Amino acid sequence: MLSLLTATALAVARLDQLFAAVMLFGIYSLLSAALFVVMDAVDVAFTEAAVGAGIAIILMLGALALTSHKQHPVPRSRHWMALSVVVITGAALIYGTLDMPLYADPNAPAHLHVVPRYLQQSMQEIGIPNVVTSVLASYRGYDTLGETVVIFTAAVGVIGRLGIVPEGKVGPKTGGMEHHLILRITAKLMLPVILVFALYVQFHGDFGPGGGFQAGVIFASAFILYGLVFGMESVTTVAPPVVVRSLAAIGVLIYAGVGVVSLLMGSNFLDYNLLGHEPTHGQHLGIFLVEFGVGVTVAASMISLFYAYASYQREK
Amino acid sequence: MISTQLPALQVVIPLLAGPTCLLLHHSRLSWGLATSASWVALFISLALLDQVLATGPISYELGGWAAPWGIEYRIDEINAFVLLIISGISAITISFARASIEHEVHNKQVYLVYTGWMLCLSGLLGIAITGDVFNVFVFLEISSLSSYLLISLSRDRRALTAAFRYLVMGTIGATFILIGIALLYMMTGTLNMSDLAARIPSVSDTRTVKIAFAFLTAGIGLKAAMFPMHFWLPNAYAYAPSAISALFAGTATKVAIYLLLRFFFTIFGVEFSFETMKLDRILLPLALAGIFVASTVAIFQTDIKRMLGYSSIAQIGYMVLGVSLVSVTGVTAAILHLFNHALMKTALFVALGCVFFRVGSVTRGDLAGIGYAMPWTMGAFVLGGLSLVGIPLTVGFISKWYLIVAALEQQMWWLAGLVLISSLLALVYVWRVIEIAYFGTPGDRSTEIKEAPATLLIPTWILITANIYFGVDTSLTVGVAERAAQALLGNVS
Repeated sequence: MLSLLTATALAVARLDQLFAAVMLFGIYSLLSAALFVVMDAVDVAFTEAAVGAGIAIILMLGALALTSHKQHPVPRSRHWMALSVVVITGAALIYGTLDMPLYADPNAPAHLHVVPRYLQQSMQEIGIPNVVTSVLASYRGYDTLGETVVIFTAAVGVIGRLGIVPEGKVGPKTGGMEHHLILRITAKLMLPVILVFALYVQFHGDFGPGGGFQAGVIFASAFILYGLVFGMESVTTVAPPVVVRSLAAIGVLIYAGVGVVSLLMGSNFLDYNLLGHEPTHGQHLGIFLVEFGVGVTVAASMISLFYAYASYQREK
Repeated sequence: MISTQLPALQVVIPLLAGPTCLLLHHSRLSWGLATSASWVALFISLALLDQVLATGPISYELGGWAAPWGIEYRIDEINAFVLLIISGISAITISFARASIEHEVHNKQVYLVYTGWMLCLSGLLGIAITGDVFNVFVFLEISSLSSYLLISLSRDRRALTAAFRYLVMGTIGATFILIGIALLYMMTGTLNMSDLAARIPSVSDTRTVKIAFAFLTAGIGLKAAMFPMHFWLPNAYAYAPSAISALFAGTATKVAIYLLLRFFFTIFGVEFSFETMKLDRILLPLALAGIFVASTVAIFQTDIKRMLGYSSIAQIGYMVLGVSLVSVTGVTAAILHLFNHALMKTALFVALGCVFFRVGSVTRGDLAGIGYAMPWTMGAFVLGGLSLVGIPLTVGFISKWYLIVAALEQQMWWLAGLVLISSLLALVYVWRVIEIAYFGTPGDRSTEIKEAPATLLIPTWILITANIYFGVDTSLTVGVAERAAQALLGNVS
């Protein structure tokens, strides 16, 4: 699988046709997702599949639609500069791997220091079976708040650059593909399934792979599908741009708000223990709320990005 | 009770203000909110610095989980000082920003500036305050993404290419930093800074740790615009809105320099960084090359903001030079220059912001005779410029003084000489602006140009006063910088 990954990466680098390159990127992401599954990192694989192979491709296609499908030729001299930087970086990485602990070595430092406590105590301290979620949302919950803010910032960046659909001006009704009967029926069948699956991923993150990030992306993809098939006007009626943009901010505020509540209750920022009648209950509630905040921000940010791309094209 | 929660509030208040500015969706209201949040952050950082100086380093466990399992905020002399620099510069420039931003940014996007500003502020503060290397990366992403946004919001179309270039270079830098952090985690199993410092020595002879060191140095160096990785900086500063240039000049690269100090001295330790890796032998020539090349290029710039951008690269060279001397005085000089350069460069950018507000341009030709039309603004620029050159009674002199003392301590007479010569280059480029502003023949429009309004002039003069005050009374700055340098170098010996 690694060799397939390398082959795909080389093909992407060599292609001039950006459309094909984007498609190959999707394959690359799916391959890495499969690789993560082999490594038993199912949560990571899930994220990679949902983000890398799913929403990222749609956004890249959106960017292509605004720019061009062909790459501009770059003068040869520039190639050498770039190539030498890449070669030096690659060589450094390979040199660095020489002394790395072997893959799956049980004595590797990464398995011996902080990880044992996560694996052994998480059930008593936090009380949820999925250790990844307990690390992500509680032990290192502050990093996750930061990541949520990163996504929010990215959405604000694109809104700032491209603008978002102005109120009451969403373009002609013939934007979508309503006249394609098969597409329309299939989309209608898929939409509820996608939405329910997103909710399942959102609320099942404590017990199995999943959580706010993946759920948010899946939730957003339902709206994007709706927008692509039924046109921008329909989707902006269901989810007005102003509401979506505000939700992106509200999700961050929900997450940080949980932290503020824990501050007000006299414990440290994002310490969930006091939120419930007993520590594990508090942890459950805290994780539930912050994952909800993540889901809201991610879904709203992704939909905003889609709106920004779609509406920008329309204004030209 | 509240005082124990100050470390969290330092970052969380601007972090909450960011999304709220977006929700407000109103130029003035979001400015008001952002300004209050900024000033609150300044008072928190003053309280934290006071607490650190009185009782020693503060540790705060986020989520109530003890390090290294949870994320720790750890504040000692140096990052308390850096927090003060960031929040102070932000508070003063945002007070300046209202009129300036309304003039330079499209009306509908003004609230986005303050959303971005708050996110950027919380990102920078988050990098400086944390004791966890992965947390550094997360907040670095917040500050970087928001700074690309802030630069690109300028009405000047060239800001878009500048922001894109910064985005590409910044992303490469961030990726390098992430690779470095991942390699360190692989070899030590921890992300906490003090835990890393304790565990690295046992694995420091592995190639993986050496490569991690190289990736971190290159990545942070890129973020700090260390010569020769500075190409993104001049255009980004030149085409961003004036208030944003002023904010970045005082904060963004400073935080990167702080990270370098943190990684070199606290995490890897002096012995590894400077004896095993011989880093000083690379840093010293690069710092000198940076100082001379960038100062020379600055002389030939016609856009004054670009000129100041190149000057910033040279000034970063002075900081790196101080670090490369690996002595308490050298590091003191570097830390002092962090503070002092933030004061002078922000003052200069803010003064240029006043010029841009009235003239609509900051190219050399358009500044002819402006010294008489805008006496207060150009007076501020002249004083800030003198500080940049390093004239006695300004902060610039204090930094140079400590740098020269540090060089002389190691019998490096030639180095002290080179620092003096480089100051002459600074004098040349500052003089070229003064010359045109006071002795140039005024153009046709010069009679229409009035002095900038008081809302712009007051923050400018606060900064200029600070330039002179801290140039005379150095007890706070030198005291803190010396203690910080001793703490950084004392870790090993």
